[in-house]
Amino acid sequence: MQRKTQRRVLPWLVIVLLFVLWELVVRAFDIEPFVLPAPSAIFASGWQWRWPILDNSWQTFMTTAVGFFFAVVFGLIAGIAIGSSTLVYDGFYPALIGFNTIPKVAVIPILVIWFGIGTVPAIITAFLLSFFPILVNVATGIATVEPELRDVLRALGASRWQVIQKVGLPRSMPYFFASLKVAITVAFVGSIVAETVASNKGIGNLMLVASSRFEVPLAFAGLLVTSVMGIGMYLVAEIVERRMTGWATRGTDAAIAPQG
Amino acid sequence: MNFVDLDRVALRYGEDEDGTLALHGTTLSVQAGEFVAVVGPSGCGKSTLMKVVTGLWPPTAGTVVVSGREVSGPLSIVGMAFQNPTLLPWRTTLANVMLPLEIVQPHCGRLRRERAAYEAKARDLLALVGLQGFEDRFPWQLSGGMQQRASLCRALIHDPSLLMLDEPFASLDMFTREELWLALQDLWLARHPTVILVTHDLREAAFLADRVLVMSGRPGRIIAERQVALPRPRILDVTYEPYSVALVHDLRAQISAARTSTPGREFAT
Repeated sequence: MQRKTQRRVLPWLVIVLLFVLWELVVRAFDIEPFVLPAPSAIFASGWQWRWPILDNSWQTFMTTAVGFFFAVVFGLIAGIAIGSSTLVYDGFYPALIGFNTIPKVAVIPILVIWFGIGTVPAIITAFLLSFFPILVNVATGIATVEPELRDVLRALGASRWQVIQKVGLPRSMPYFFASLKVAITVAFVGSIVAETVASNKGIGNLMLVASSRFEVPLAFAGLLVTSVMGIGMYLVAEIVERRMTGWATRGTDAAIAPQG
Repeated sequence: MNFVDLDRVALRYGEDEDGTLALHGTTLSVQAGEFVAVVGPSGCGKSTLMKVVTGLWPPTAGTVVVSGREVSGPLSIVGMAFQNPTLLPWRTTLANVMLPLEIVQPHCGRLRRERAAYEAKARDLLALVGLQGFEDRFPWQLSGGMQQRASLCRALIHDPSLLMLDEPFASLDMFTREELWLALQDLWLARHPTVILVTHDLREAAFLADRVLVMSGRPGRIIAERQVALPRPRILDVTYEPYSVALVHDLRAQISAARTSTPGREFAT
């Protein structure tokens, strides 16, 4: 088999093998389905409950997407503001870090008090978790423009904003797109946590309800769906990154490691 | 009237008295259309001189006058090329060369309407330095010498009357350097801007310039001046003829003497 095909097929092989192993272990040790269900039971349950699963997955996806969208907008704007001005940087950065170290799970009950149970706390949690990586990466990208690049424009009499527009922003795009991978997965986590703690809809909620009814195969099915969605989102972010910033990796397969 | 005039310019880096005094009592003048080379020992303030003339750094003392006006900030009539080509990696070579047009007036305003004309001009410049066919490549697809050639074109696209070159060929091998000397000579003969070239390479100074200024060790000031009376266009072989060899020898002696004088002498301002 050719090397390239090998590389493509290998991850799938590993996953299939894992599932087969899982199935064998459950059968061999006769593990109860409400402790650790076998993949066959999980798939069966997943198929039986496919409509609620799809419905709730869509809900989670929507709250993630909306929260993420606001995080991108806010992260970009705030990142530019913070990265381009030492004054703003000095003023706001400590507060931001302080804010970011608060576990957002602790914030959810407060959000529920303000906005009630449902979609809004989920969106806000997704936003709160995902804007910080974006902001940090954009700010870093702009603040660390090489002086030589900046001098080239300054020598021509470019204004501060022109330097940001022509050098700072394009240069921080690789960092920005790389941070999207982190941000979207974190937004997803935020949504699910919020749904699990305080919601009546969404895949997090579905898993909670399934567990409480001891429908453990369904809960696991929810988990699998969650993980598939997470992978899907990450892949989308990576494809976008590769398309938009091919110049940064000079056509190689290396991807930029995001910070934070 | 002189095009560039520096009168007893001093520059101290940093905000207090312990900052490095890079220039002190630097006085020089350059005629319009002249090609002047500045040579000197390492760390003598040559690059600082560049920054002062182009308005990137204000002098601590003395006056800098360019084209009749005192310099208080970056000038749009200046084109600069540094040792590092610093082409923007997300733009094609052509887009890089046209970058100054997006910033400098009056080209900035005209760019949208007359884009085709400006593009043709950029392509001509690139062809002049031997880069035709590479306009749509990205900087990482060009060699160091090619990037530096593109950087030179970028410095000239907006028709600057003053071209400042800060050791632009220092990081290249000798053959590429000699090729670029010829390219620069062609560009200069075609457009005749005033040129101030800072360089370590005495052969380069002797080949390209009308006049060579020698700077002292830090803090830098001009200690000697030599005319280069060779007709143009010059060919590379002139650098091996007795006249050039004697000139380089003389410059070398001047710089050696400058290097052995006490470094870091501080003057009371």
